[in-house]
Amino acid sequence: MDNLVRTPMTFWSSLNRSGMPVSDRGRSGFIFSNVFLHLHPARVHRWSLRWPTTWGLGIAALSAFLLTLITGVLLMFYYKPHPAAAYLSIKDIHFVVPTGRFIRNIHRWAANIMVVGVLLHMARVFFTASYRRPREFNWLVGMALLVVTLALSFTGYLLPWDQLAFWAVTIGANIAQSLRELTDAVGMTAFFDPGGLQKLLLLGSDQVGAEALIRFYLMHVMVLPLALAALLAVHFWRIRKDGGLARPADVGSRLPPPEGRVYPVFTEAPQKTYSLAAIVRGKTPAVGNGPENTVPAMPHLMLAEAAVFMLTFAACLALSLFLDAPLKEMANPAVPENPAKAPWYFLGLQELVSHSAFMGGIGIPTVCLVGLALIPFLDREEEGTGLWFGGPGGWRLALASFMFGSAAVLAVETVAINFGWIREWFPGTPQIVITFVNPGTLLTAAYALYSVWTVRRYDSTRAGAIGLFSCFIAGFLILTVIGVHFRGPNWGFFWSPSMWGGH
Amino acid sequence: MEGGMMDADALDREEDSRLAPEPMDRRDFLGLSACAAAASALGFGSLGILRLPKPGVLSSPSKKFRVTLPESLLPGQAFVPQGRPVAVYRDDGGVFAISLVCTHLGCVVKPTAEGFECPCHGSRFGPGGLVKRGPAPKALPWLSVKPVAGRSVIVDEGTAVPNGTKAAA
Ligand code: HEM
Ligand code: FES
Repeated sequence: MDNLVRTPMTFWSSLNRSGMPVSDRGRSGFIFSNVFLHLHPARVHRWSLRWPTTWGLGIAALSAFLLTLITGVLLMFYYKPHPAAAYLSIKDIHFVVPTGRFIRNIHRWAANIMVVGVLLHMARVFFTASYRRPREFNWLVGMALLVVTLALSFTGYLLPWDQLAFWAVTIGANIAQSLRELTDAVGMTAFFDPGGLQKLLLLGSDQVGAEALIRFYLMHVMVLPLALAALLAVHFWRIRKDGGLARPADVGSRLPPPEGRVYPVFTEAPQKTYSLAAIVRGKTPAVGNGPENTVPAMPHLMLAEAAVFMLTFAACLALSLFLDAPLKEMANPAVPENPAKAPWYFLGLQELVSHSAFMGGIGIPTVCLVGLALIPFLDREEEGTGLWFGGPGGWRLALASFMFGSAAVLAVETVAINFGWIREWFPGTPQIVITFVNPGTLLTAAYALYSVWTVRRYDSTRAGAIGLFSCFIAGFLILTVIGVHFRGPNWGFFWSPSMWGGH
Repeated sequence: MEGGMMDADALDREEDSRLAPEPMDRRDFLGLSACAAAASALGFGSLGILRLPKPGVLSSPSKKFRVTLPESLLPGQAFVPQGRPVAVYRDDGGVFAISLVCTHLGCVVKPTAEGFECPCHGSRFGPGGLVKRGPAPKALPWLSVKPVAGRSVIVDEGTAVPNGTKAAA
């Protein structure tokens, strides 16, 4: 009986095992005795908590992911992955199910915010040179996260089974097949056809239908989210093992003295250090360094994370209240949507694809991914780690490169839009020539040459990387704007969507 | 004393010679073989797993269908059967069919007076399906056409024939 009376108390203390965190040690215990919180360090460096260090972008991406998880599970209550039912079930969710439209909107917006968040986060890691040793591996994990994030949004795009979905995925699947542009040129498609195989594996058939829908559904609701979660665990764990976020070598002199209201920077002498467990190598900052300039993660880091989460959530809710997720007519395999546009973050690629399917859809993206992956292995310099635009050239170089990148992309697009391309000038030019010489490849080559030139000029690979990355940002932004705003029916050029005319 | 140390040296040398020819510890060798065996088993297993998602039979509907051309069809005028991305023509040379699936990325092209145009990335094709402009890598394929009784023909979307092949109608 006594035990029963005491149950609420004992239950509470079994939940809250480390007691109210009043001391530093209690605050650490709060973190590491909880399986969800223990991905956090017990103490964080004050540098990591400055807003300009991260702008909270990684956490914003994570928050958006959590929102898509929750709303995604809710949508699964009603969604039916079959061509005959999918469109109608989304329509039900949108118009009949209580709060259905709102939840669907949140899912859409959170997915968009996640993509933007991941891209901005990558840009911040790049520009603060935070990918350098020992963080090369985490940079690669990050790239895997980027690919999975984009794959999630691509697979999700098919599920509503409306005209947009059907034609965007038809185009996407044929991009997978476009390796044939190469195999056709050497005449071996008949017996070796990796492009066709990719399309077959993706769609489970030779056209977008029931097989494709169930495959995309499986990927979207199970395989990819699980993969993302596993990769995220590695990503966060690596941050801790790499000694927290990157910071400049002279961080002590860059930080102002702690404010009065922060918790004591360090009060209790450390009881043991990581090196005792013989698992930490010399470079790790935890070894041989006192915990100067660190503060307990509880409450400082927790509050910062909660703030970013709340901001992301608020942005998402506000957008979802006023802007509905689109739903076109039901998919019709006989009549393409005109213009058939992919989600906006793929429209830059779609612009390249409209010059050559293989180069725009496979060749150039692969070159970009390989280039990104190589950055931390080519840039072995130390100058400027942890600082915005750190390294030779600095923000001036980034800005100049951005201008160059914009000018180059505007130049090739202007030529292509006004004068057409090789086929119009020399009818009968073989396809292989166009595959290798088109606005996309010329642009990539121009960026690569520019980057080599910056490496020479500053005698620094970091400078070359800044040049290249800024160029690609410019290219990505401008091609995306062209794809979203200036392309209309038949992928023609229009100054404004109001000039598209009736269809 | 001296002799004793010499003995120890000799012993060491003998020990060395017994160990030296073995470049790798026996345990290491067995361990590595086990790892290699496990890795290749996993590798072949994964290949086997990958075989499943590649369908043996395609679920898409039959590629062959029968059309009856209207009496009034003029030479050069396209007849597009309901739900099939194919344009069928009849002229003095006979009946022929051109696929309407864009060779660029699979959108359905629209027959026009001057040929075909694709809504997706603006490819244009001439009357016989040859690429005139845009990103399409090759001509629209001509499809096999077999005349059957009356004004009907059987078109096979799955079988391409050389450009210009017409079936007597
Ligand atoms: C689903 C996508 C991702 C999520 C949720 C995520 C989350 C995070 C978080 C929460 C941090 C802590 C610092 C911060 O907030 O900036 C971080 C750090 C980091 N991320 Fe990501 N990330 C993602 C994708 C990426 C990508 C695409 C890259 C680069 C290719 C990347 C590379 C890194 C690196 C190198 C660090 C350590 C930075 C440092 O030490 O300052 N991550 N990530
Ligand atoms: S699908 Fe026809 S031009 Fe791209």
